[in-house]
Amino acid sequence: MSEIAALIVDDSSVMRKIVERALRQAGLAITEVYEASSGVEALDVLRQKRVDLVLSDINMPNMDGLEFLRQMRAQQLAPDVPVVMITTEGSEDHVREAIVAGAQGYIRKPFTAEQVKERVLPLVGA
Amino acid sequence: MGLAVKQTEPVSAYGKAMDEAVDEVFRLMMGVSCESMEDCPIDEPETISAVIGLAGAMSGVCVLRSGEQSATRMAAALTGIEMASLDATVKDAIGEICNMVAGAWKGKLSTLASSCMLSTPTVVTGTNYQLHTQRPEFRMEHYYRFGGHNFSVTLVCESMQ
Repeated sequence: MSEIAALIVDDSSVMRKIVERALRQAGLAITEVYEASSGVEALDVLRQKRVDLVLSDINMPNMDGLEFLRQMRAQQLAPDVPVVMITTEGSEDHVREAIVAGAQGYIRKPFTAEQVKERVLPLVGA
Repeated sequence: MGLAVKQTEPVSAYGKAMDEAVDEVFRLMMGVSCESMEDCPIDEPETISAVIGLAGAMSGVCVLRSGEQSATRMAAALTGIEMASLDATVKDAIGEICNMVAGAWKGKLSTLASSCMLSTPTVVTGTNYQLHTQRPEFRMEHYYRFGGHNFSVTLVCESMQ
């Protein structure tokens, strides 16, 4: 399995650790984890680091996840990297908005490691 | 559970959705079950309250309130790390639990799922305090027991559109 550098974007440090744990439980070979607490921080990470996968919350202060995704795509930051939204906003309208903004996957909180495995592994070629 | 409702919304659906949301969050994210209770006062002096604002089709707040013991146990179940006190990690964890409960709750209601937005959590700690809202449309408080300790989830609706 390919080694993965992941960027996890969530204003909660607890949730960032939970997402990392779920990725490892899903069987991903995570070699590097970058964290960001806002869309602004996440864009800075992408300008400086190479990542293979982005997982982002939506509701965050200082640039929410959807705006981060739009900016990421508009600025051509990591254009081939899959983005999965992990969020409490799980309605069809929110999912549609995320896909239109450029997300490849969507996981609603609360989630299981199995759900992370199903949604993320196909996107990273595992 | 205490209810004071004057509109014709299906309040039973709101209450049922809240119980299901709490069960879902605890079961999926923490691997534990919690018991819905008729009344379960918080009997610890130090309490923590996480508040999620609601806006859009419903304006109001969702408040998860617990004592210190319950909160540290919830945070431990969520993170897998034992907590000794109401530190920053516990406050973060309780905020996230309230966030997920509020999100799961509104997701179960077709009138609110995509038309009611959530704020980021605000967490309050202290002793002998009460949260007040002016002229709520309705207020719904549910009680739960987890690991021998009590917590409550309160929904206060200020207005419906």
